Amino acid sequence: MIPSYDLAVVGAGVHGGTVALLCARAGLKTVLVERGDLFREASGVNAGTLTMQMTRVALIPYALRAHAMWASARDWLGHDVGVVVCDGLSLAFTEGEEELLAYRAGRRREAGAPIELVGPARAAEIEPGLGPGVRLAGYCRVDGFANAYLSGLAYGAALREAGVAIRDNTPVTAVEPSGGGYALTTKTGETIRARRIVLAGGVWLEPMLSWFGLRVPIKVLVNQLGVTERMAPVMRTVVGIASGLLSLKQYPHGTVVIGGGWQGRGDRERGGVELAPESLIGNIRLACHAVPGLAASRLARAWAGLEAETADALPIAGPIPGHEDAYAIGSVHSGYTSGPYIAALLADRILGREPALPLFPLDRLLAEPAPTVPA
Amino acid sequence: MSDPTVFDLAVIGAGPAGCAAAIAAAEAGARVVLFDEQEEAGGQIYRAPRTPAGRACVERDGETLRSTLAASDVALRLGRRIWSVTERFRIDALGPDGPETVRAQALVAATGAYERIVPFPGWTLPGVIGLAAATVLLKTEGRVPGRRIVVAGAGPLLAAVAAKILAAGGCVVGLVDVSSPADWLRATPRLATKPSLLAQGAAWAARIAAARVPVLFGHAVVAAEGETALTRVGVAPLSRNGAPDLARLRWEEADVMAVGNGLVPGGEIAKVLRAEHVHVPERGGWVPKRDRWGRTTIPRLYAAGDGAGIAGAGPAARTGRLAGLAAAHDLGFSGAEAVEVAGRTAFREAGRDRRFSDAVSRLMMPRAGQIAAVPAETVVCRCEDVTRAEIEEAVQAGARTLDQVKAFTRCGMGPCQGRMCGETAGDIVTLQVGTRGAVGWWTGRPPLRPVPLADLVGTFDYGDIPVPKPAPL
Ligand SMILES: Cc1cc2nc3c(=O)[nH]c(=O)nc-3n(C[C@H](O)[C@H](O)[C@H](O)COP(=O)(O)OP(=O)(O)OC[C@H]3O[C@@H](n4cnc5c(N)ncnc54)[C@H](O)[C@@H]3O)c2cc1C
Repeated sequence: MIPSYDLAVVGAGVHGGTVALLCARAGLKTVLVERGDLFREASGVNAGTLTMQMTRVALIPYALRAHAMWASARDWLGHDVGVVVCDGLSLAFTEGEEELLAYRAGRRREAGAPIELVGPARAAEIEPGLGPGVRLAGYCRVDGFANAYLSGLAYGAALREAGVAIRDNTPVTAVEPSGGGYALTTKTGETIRARRIVLAGGVWLEPMLSWFGLRVPIKVLVNQLGVTERMAPVMRTVVGIASGLLSLKQYPHGTVVIGGGWQGRGDRERGGVELAPESLIGNIRLACHAVPGLAASRLARAWAGLEAETADALPIAGPIPGHEDAYAIGSVHSGYTSGPYIAALLADRILGREPALPLFPLDRLLAEPAPTVPA
Repeated sequence: MSDPTVFDLAVIGAGPAGCAAAIAAAEAGARVVLFDEQEEAGGQIYRAPRTPAGRACVERDGETLRSTLAASDVALRLGRRIWSVTERFRIDALGPDGPETVRAQALVAATGAYERIVPFPGWTLPGVIGLAAATVLLKTEGRVPGRRIVVAGAGPLLAAVAAKILAAGGCVVGLVDVSSPADWLRATPRLATKPSLLAQGAAWAARIAAARVPVLFGHAVVAAEGETALTRVGVAPLSRNGAPDLARLRWEEADVMAVGNGLVPGGEIAKVLRAEHVHVPERGGWVPKRDRWGRTTIPRLYAAGDGAGIAGAGPAARTGRLAGLAAAHDLGFSGAEAVEVAGRTAFREAGRDRRFSDAVSRLMMPRAGQIAAVPAETVVCRCEDVTRAEIEEAVQAGARTLDQVKAFTRCGMGPCQGRMCGETAGDIVTLQVGTRGAVGWWTGRPPLRPVPLADLVGTFDYGDIPVPKPAPL
């Protein structure tokens, strides 16, 4: 049977959404198949921090380019994700943190992130909301945040305008090679046929890759976040700490999102089902220590989402070994920041252009050797 | 001495349901702790009066309940704001002395109901209050909320509030009831299954008639106006499906309007713990799936009272008692037979309760035409100022579920966490995209109530914060 689409993308998060968008704009007839609502997993519930100071060193070149994409999202995406570009500070309150910060900032600077180390007085100038006790701060002008929960609205509109067929609330249950392409079976028993396929399933990449007989273990992190009620301005920058276990910023409408990757409870099957109250309190203590003005607010809501991590904590972005025209993308650390750029690189590869920076081949992560290409 | 942080059973909510559950389980030998936000047990219906004027109109049943509880072995934790329930079961509360954590093998959620208001232009003006809020003022403080008061909405609470305002010396300038005389006539045989409650209703009606309060049956409030606070209320007759006839709009001057369109189960705990729910309009909205004892789909989590489905105070005490018995049994405190015997009476009463509360529910439920007629520019989510038009735009933009509507519009993201607007927003989305089941409910999220960060963090040393290992570089 002749495939009805040039490209099927499975998973509508920042990775799948961006690949689908760019490929459709380049002329591929594209379908985006999503189990639930658009951008309601990691890409819709994350903290939206667009920072270099939590990004892995190896990803800094990608994150810098991605940051520029987010900053100009209104132009290339065509819709607003509430991006605010502002200064960022990573703080050290102890001697240990000072050492960690100096080392980490140095490595990130070598990789291209414009981070400088500043003392407490300068830090307090940059962020008047800071509390006492800061010993050293990493200061980066390339920082900011987006309003992650708007991603689905913005991408949804852009995808529709680009002519992408959106199939939300349609879980894919199996994929098979068929007639010079792939046949995707959905939970409702429907078959969707496409010449090429991209798996972009976030933490669900592991079960997705098993459709191709591949075993790639992907760890599931259960990240917790909290948000305050709207409050008068208490801060103007993105604030974190040396260890990376705090991320803090105030949105223009007044709420402050408190994150940093403290772990809640959940798994791939059930999602992020439960907050660990002691972790939430620990996270909020860090937040109130860094920006004491926060304590005057109330916690309005807290939630948890799932983030994917490979064995070496580096991304997957490239062809699926042994399968023509099949690709996988995901497991990008701080992937909301870097996602659009890494997805754009994969789109280039799919469209037959040379990606400007290297992809992240899957081969290194295979627990078993890849099967040979079927004749 | 036994550990004050570990119990067999925790009951949350000290209204009729929670008290009955706690007492039943304690009698069976379980160590029970009972939590409530209020300083005294009794819940909404048996709210303890705080002023002498309030004490004058106290309900005797409330006092009986409080003294029974005091004589029992139930550990009382009142004045506690529960913000987190996790792990089957760890309960985190903020109390008078700061954060408290309690662990229990089993949990009864008996968190009661909150009020629903079908939005109309001006419903967020100062001077417009809920029927429940009016009741609180009357009960705890014996205070009449205004000078010229309109009482509007649906169900028996209307007559109760109007009668209490009159009894306290207030002036009710109009009673606007969604139900038509035909609706009331249809309900009467079923209401008559509870003669004492019917008699109480008749007494309220007599007082309202004696005061010559104009009563408009089959009408609804369609607008509230005023520069900075309420000055007048627009009222229109309703067609059979509840659509207002705006051509026959008329105005009544008033400085306060108490309005309510029935109740919604306050079932956050079962939602946060991810129990399965079903949407049952007659029970006020989303209710946890339960067996006849009140067992939810989560092991050792029970739901009782209005929080598990609106049915009123009588059934609340009964479902509470059943849940308490079931919990005690499941924890090994009483044999199956003893529980069956104890439950039998309750099951017998259930049938009768059911007929009565179904009739009341049908009177209270917003009519389909009422929701359909909410004007586009009317605010639905008052915390975040989201209008009906914005909700519908979100649907046009592809949202199919209440969670996605929340992400697209911030509807339900404010301090009330969607308690006020959820049912209406759900109905509005459903009008566009199918069934309430498909549209769903906002995913349950802690905290169960907004909590001050200062209280959560208390005093601490930076060095003692258990910061996890940093992510790889
Ligand atoms: C709480 C939290 C906070 C975070 N904070 C930040 C931050 O501040 N900054 C930052 O840069 N990064 C942050 N991250 C990381 C970032 O969110 C993720 O790296 C990124 O969003 C991952 O995007 P994705 O497209 O790979 O996955 P996802 O967004 O998870 O998308 C995968 C999609 O695949 C779908 N899917 C799964 N199985 C199927 C199937 N069988 N059929 C069809 N569809 C399927 C899923 O439903 C899902 O929508 C955070 C993550 C979390 C969880």
